[in-house]
Amino acid sequence: MDTRGKAHQYWKKNLKLLAILLVIWFVVSFGCGILLVDQLNEIRLGGFKLGFWFAQQGSIYSFIVLIFVYFWQMNKLDGKFEVDEE
Amino acid sequence: MDVQNLTFIIVGATFALYIGIAIWARAGSTKEFYVAGGGVSPLANGMATAADWMSAASFISMAGLISFMGYDGSIYLMGWTGGYVLLALLLAPYLRKFGKFTVPDFVGDRFYSNSARTVAVFCAIFISFTYVAGQMRGVGVVFSRFLEVDVTWGIVIGMGIVFFYAVLGGMKGITYTQVAQYCVLIFAFMVPAIFISIMMTGNPIPQLGFGDKTSDGVYLLDKLDGLHRELGFAAYTDGSKSMVDLFFITAALMVGTAGLPHVIVRFFTVPKVKDARISAGYALLFIAILYTTAPAIGAFARTNLIETVSGKEYAKMPEWFKKWESTGLISFEDKDQDGLIRYVADKQANELVIDKDIMVLANPEIARLPNWVIALVAAGGLAAALSTAAGLLLVISTSVSHDLIKKQFRPDISAKGELLAARLAAAVAVIIAGILGIYPPGFVAEVVSFAFGLAAASFFPAIILGIFHKRMNKEGAIAGMVTGIAFTSAYIIYFKFISPKMDKADHWWLGISPAGIGTLGMILNFAVSLLVSRFTPPPPPEVQEMVEEIRIPRGAGEAVQH
Repeated sequence: MDTRGKAHQYWKKNLKLLAILLVIWFVVSFGCGILLVDQLNEIRLGGFKLGFWFAQQGSIYSFIVLIFVYFWQMNKLDGKFEVDEE
Repeated sequence: MDVQNLTFIIVGATFALYIGIAIWARAGSTKEFYVAGGGVSPLANGMATAADWMSAASFISMAGLISFMGYDGSIYLMGWTGGYVLLALLLAPYLRKFGKFTVPDFVGDRFYSNSARTVAVFCAIFISFTYVAGQMRGVGVVFSRFLEVDVTWGIVIGMGIVFFYAVLGGMKGITYTQVAQYCVLIFAFMVPAIFISIMMTGNPIPQLGFGDKTSDGVYLLDKLDGLHRELGFAAYTDGSKSMVDLFFITAALMVGTAGLPHVIVRFFTVPKVKDARISAGYALLFIAILYTTAPAIGAFARTNLIETVSGKEYAKMPEWFKKWESTGLISFEDKDQDGLIRYVADKQANELVIDKDIMVLANPEIARLPNWVIALVAAGGLAAALSTAAGLLLVISTSVSHDLIKKQFRPDISAKGELLAARLAAAVAVIIAGILGIYPPGFVAEVVSFAFGLAAASFFPAIILGIFHKRMNKEGAIAGMVTGIAFTSAYIIYFKFISPKMDKADHWWLGISPAGIGTLGMILNFAVSLLVSRFTPPPPPEVQEMVEEIRIPRGAGEAVQH
């Protein structure tokens, strides 16, 4: 594969990963914390109503996990396409 | 030892530490001044970013705000953390690869236009001054309440410290000072939180504690909801804002965070693209320690407060109540003359008004914690305010010396001359910030929503399109930024300054408050940019080449060299 084509492939894979992670980002914050909060509040997690917990705790934990997953996945991708830094 | 002497000692020790670091890490070149030489380790950068980001408002006001807003307070928690995901995934790695010094640099180069650069510089300076005025005020407030120094003197001392390490050390001095400030502020925030969590629920981890049972066997949040209903407030875990408004405000804060120049510039300071990705992760991790604790403090403080004051005799209030009353932040008016404090939702009958800002500052006193904890909170509040102020001042100074002088007025300026200009600009900015802190314009609180709205409606779409849409040209980007800024400013100015009386949900457009309008401004910016770029010529080949280039990590080390 020529360099152009490879760069194109790399970019497409990157965009796909971004799309997946951003969907999760949206679901845990805007989804569980705001749009579906009333439904989720029917479920309890110990002393927390679940929707409330997502809005004040769960979404933040998920954000951290998302960034670290992105970091690991991108490093793998960089290595595979040999575009990583020496 | 009494609180005041202890506070002097602890605050004095932290200040000595900051000055020591500043001398050790002073900047020798423009590159060190602007981006710390591009050699900061990702872990240190994450910590510095966290301190930079967490302002006086995060430390002093946020837990208090949440404690009064309940579930609605989630807008700040999600809004001020979720933006880091956007930063890490969509901006930081590419801007690091681009490898210049400032956000206007990117906008100016990518859209091959000095007009675009000027719009960006204007926004960067406006956003930063808005913000920094609040920080200086925070410094003054902490000084006056804990050390009984006059607010003006408090600000002058704060200015002196920031002046010293920002002017001398630039980004390098600021970064390493911020690492120390992060440690001070997070320790100062966590210690009282852990104490109170143990006191109220027996659980030493506040994040779990506020979902735990209190000593009478009822879940804390259920108890708080019950207390709220009794007094006529909306249940703590339900809140009272409309879903549309919550959605738009949260989005505006998230996108605004990702578009704030003093946050973005942090990712220019690490050696590699890989480091930019991970340091956003570290930054969020460090920020999250405070942001997941704040809602716990909010719930504890709220419960504690209601149980201490509601329906109790005014004459029997503890000492802290009187103390804060004398500062005017608690006010009690015995409307029915029965000597009891009636604290209820109904404004006609309510007798007690409490300023949200005292929740964090008074919390250790309310919970009767030892004096050194109270002194620590003062040092933490100062660390939070100073670290943010320094980061913002650096953005202002680089905008002037690099984006305006070097890139527009005097391209032939020597490196030494540019460094001197940067130092002078930092010095002038410190003084202006101090004056704004001493004579605060009445609208500081209002303009903060302005800063976020503008960042969301101007920078964010321009940078995203610059990276992800190769066909985006200068006509599109400028039209988009101007539309976004004009729309967002007009809406905020109308409701906040021209007719504040209209600032109610019934008059808002689509039910979106001025705080959330930046989201709509952003959407407009995207739409206008895409539309205009379709009918105007594509960007020149070398710019398209540059876009290809920044999408690939390899070669980031070289990019800094030119």
